[in-house]
Amino acid sequence: MLHRFANPTRFLRLAAAMQPWMAALTGVMLAFGLYFGLFDSPGDYQQGESVRIMYVHVPSAWMALLCYTALAGSCAVSLIWKHPLADVAARATAPIGAWFTFLALVTGSLWGKPMWGTWWVWDARLTSVLILFFLYLGYMALDNAFDDPGRGARASSILALVGFVNVPIIKFSVDWWNTLHQPASVIKMGGSAIHPSMLMPLLLMGVGFTSYYFWVLLIRIRGEICANKVRSLRLRQVHEQPSADDLSEEAS
Amino acid sequence: MKRKHKRLTFAGIAMLLLATAAALILSAFEDSIVFFYSPTELAKQKPGPDLRLRIGGLVEEGSVVKPGGAIVSFRVTDMRNVIAVRYKGILPDLFREGQGVVAEGRLQNGVFQADEVLAKHDENYMPPEVADALRESGQWKGKDMETEQ
Repeated sequence: MLHRFANPTRFLRLAAAMQPWMAALTGVMLAFGLYFGLFDSPGDYQQGESVRIMYVHVPSAWMALLCYTALAGSCAVSLIWKHPLADVAARATAPIGAWFTFLALVTGSLWGKPMWGTWWVWDARLTSVLILFFLYLGYMALDNAFDDPGRGARASSILALVGFVNVPIIKFSVDWWNTLHQPASVIKMGGSAIHPSMLMPLLLMGVGFTSYYFWVLLIRIRGEICANKVRSLRLRQVHEQPSADDLSEEAS
Repeated sequence: MKRKHKRLTFAGIAMLLLATAAALILSAFEDSIVFFYSPTELAKQKPGPDLRLRIGGLVEEGSVVKPGGAIVSFRVTDMRNVIAVRYKGILPDLFREGQGVVAEGRLQNGVFQADEVLAKHDENYMPPEVADALRESGQWKGKDMETEQ
């Protein structure tokens, strides 16, 4: 079943059909999410209007973890089952995840200054997310560091899998250690600690960010597959040309 | 065994070992990973007057005194132990009685001399009306905030 859709040609056809739907879903969800988040939701009883930073910060942080999980999953499939589409998906996911992580770090810092009184502290949550950002950068650097793309993919896949230990550490850092960062609000024992009027825009933004990821992922995978085709065509041309030159020289 | 099964077993075992190693390292370094100590932990450890550290807990109700000159003194509690803090400087917006706080400084003669005070926000998000309604109906589960303006 999975192999059926993992065929690149069939995947390309499916991706082309899905892409406009994902774009539309992203547009609608972000429009509603931002409208409710910025204009039609109450301020917080403690934080006032600064609470609105949460509507970008929290979904970014979710996506940072989701993208890394997708990256590690693709890398595992690529290493174990050697599926060509998994390599492409991993390479396409990494920069999106890196940008989400960057966004989470920056918006968190902007919230931290007025609320905590500091831009940055080295507590377990903040530090482990910074490490996640470096893991993304390291993955991309290693992936591009080899002349042979196959070797690059292998080395960077191992790095991505090793880095996956960081994901549960990020998630549970606020429970395992004393941190300045607050513990989880949405998914917690005894129900969510966010009032429904604030949870609704947050979830809309969450869905919007997720569909944005899939939308851009489809675009990037299609681009990546095209680039691979161009590369192999060029290689074939290079291999054929000298023989053509030899022939013409012999003829003259 | 097929080659991909071999690779799958190898990858599974490698990840398991890696997770164990990470768990061991993190539990060994627990003391340096925690961001602050609670008053109870501090009472157990009794650090020297030159050791820089962070303490955290709730600002005790009615303990904030401002004698002037940007000096603030208050008590930090974890409901079991209490520690007196003295700080000179600007407090963050979220600094309130009954709310979480983290202070960095040195413990000297039983008083924590802080040179940095950070507010710690909890995980509750709600509109002001809801907070008021909860307080009035007596269903307030969080810390009491009646002293807040």
